[in-house]
Amino acid sequence: MRDVLEGRVWTLGDDVDTDQIISGKYLTVIDPNELKKHVFEIALPEFAGAAKAGDIIVAGVNLGCGSSREHAPQALRAIGVGAIVADSFARIFYRNAINLGVPTIEAPGVRAAFSPGDTARVELREGRIANLRTGAQVTFPPIPSHLLELLEAGGLVEKVKRELRAAAAPSGR
Amino acid sequence: MSAAAGGGMTLTEKVLARAGGLERVVPGQIIDGRVDLAMMHEQGAQTVGPFHEMGAAKVWDPDRVVIAIDHWVPASTEGAAVLHRILRQFAKEQGLPHFYDVGNHGICHQILAEHGWVVPGDLAVGTDSHTNMLGAMGAVAAGIGPTEMAAVLALGKLWLKVPPTVRVRVRGRLGKGVYAKDLVLRILGEIKTTGATYKAVEFTGPTIERLSMSERFTLCNMTTEMGAKCGVMAPDATTYAFLEKIAKHPMHPIQPDPDARYERTLEVDVDGMPPMVACPYSPDNVRPLPDVVREHVKVDQVFLGSCTNARIDDLREGAGLMKGRKVADGVRFIVSPASTSIYKQALDEGLIDVFTDAGAVFTNSSCSACFGGNMGILAPGEVCASSSNRNFPGRMGAKDARIYLLSPAATVAAAVRGELADPREFL
Ligand code: SF4
Repeated sequence: MRDVLEGRVWTLGDDVDTDQIISGKYLTVIDPNELKKHVFEIALPEFAGAAKAGDIIVAGVNLGCGSSREHAPQALRAIGVGAIVADSFARIFYRNAINLGVPTIEAPGVRAAFSPGDTARVELREGRIANLRTGAQVTFPPIPSHLLELLEAGGLVEKVKRELRAAAAPSGR
Repeated sequence: MSAAAGGGMTLTEKVLARAGGLERVVPGQIIDGRVDLAMMHEQGAQTVGPFHEMGAAKVWDPDRVVIAIDHWVPASTEGAAVLHRILRQFAKEQGLPHFYDVGNHGICHQILAEHGWVVPGDLAVGTDSHTNMLGAMGAVAAGIGPTEMAAVLALGKLWLKVPPTVRVRVRGRLGKGVYAKDLVLRILGEIKTTGATYKAVEFTGPTIERLSMSERFTLCNMTTEMGAKCGVMAPDATTYAFLEKIAKHPMHPIQPDPDARYERTLEVDVDGMPPMVACPYSPDNVRPLPDVVREHVKVDQVFLGSCTNARIDDLREGAGLMKGRKVADGVRFIVSPASTSIYKQALDEGLIDVFTDAGAVFTNSSCSACFGGNMGILAPGEVCASSSNRNFPGRMGAKDARIYLLSPAATVAAAVRGELADPREFL
């Protein structure tokens, strides 16, 4: 995980639920590379075709409300989205995205500071997001240490892998 | 266990303290919670990959894992068939005995409820956002994603941040033609879809104490729409009677401390409350139904189903209104029981006849039209009256289709009239 991320901004409004991120008709699709073709089909139709690795999503309140589907953050990870930033998140979406190792930041006030196409600079440890076009800055409370650990490990799969390995390793006593 | 310092604990705090093996917890604290029950539906298929990637060999406790397929039953697409097969193979390979497969199926939350899989004091997690429903048992039940479920299956635990609790205290009597669904819509209209994000909602008060388990499930189910981590109710005689013969493991009847600290308390008085409706495109866009009825909202489809409202009492109430009436011309009325046992009960009680004689289609028990991915899908511009829990854009099909959320009785009223109607006129 890099501590400082820079990327082109895509903006979303408030209450974008998981149906608008990946619609119910794609729920039987489990290949993330297939899913990414349909991400935001309802909320932001031009996104899937044009988004590039490192791009940053800036949303309003309650991003990812609705179902528990992990398809949504999986598709975003498959695109290689640099960070997902929002005024606030729905809880399962937030957990899912962090578990997949995607930097996910709750920064109240961030949506108002960005327009589509701006460049954002996110300093994860400093707790700061800057709009490089306007100079606007938004701060956010430090990411809790157990979540930073998860992100540093590259997600929950890697973290549990290490835990299980450590538990299985001869203790050396 | 009322702690001396800093006041007592809410129900959620006490259940999480138990799960974390701690005397006391406070909101904001992170705990490692031991899981009493893990539930997966089709999304669980996405758990299998990460489970193996983690290098996990065995599920921590096969007796505490329930798999219930419900979104596409029987499989309606090749993709769904593959998901089912992945789960069957995983269950076989891991020796997971509690698989509710085609023929013994139902909506996952209903399966957990009617088979006594979640009992007071439990920490339960499921790969579905409406796992909250099981909080009605006096448990903390929450939805998680499939990768997180893989970690739960491997380790039998997960980290949780202890949420602050919003208390909802309800008094008064629900009038005739007004139901638990109307009550939860009213509460949602006040709390809003973000009002309880990351929080627990604890329902209490004399009205709640009088509710049946089925009605309690309806309330806790829709705490998901409030953004809540969980929705809970203290267990009482109704809970114990419901679980008496079916509880799958020992109960830990936990009550909130009398001096528990709540983030806030919402007081609700239901005396004189009319039926309610959540209008497009948000479950918190709630208005009194009579106001919306005046606007003559024509419907193309009506759905009586989902984990929120497709239990036997919902079907009985609906059939009571349906009897001797017809579904309006040009309206498709889909009735889908929440489980196979409810299906059988409806058959025995003649309810299926009532609905089909009236011109409704009575389907197999599943999520059915609720989520726009299997059947009962809406075309662009169509309008649906539904007893389910979500009406976001695209939820039941086309992005601009409009969904109105109502009680089961009000869905029948809409089916008969061909437009939204007040069920009290039909009683
Ligand atoms: S009935 Fe609807 S809300 Fe309930 S689990 Fe199924 S899809 Fe989800």
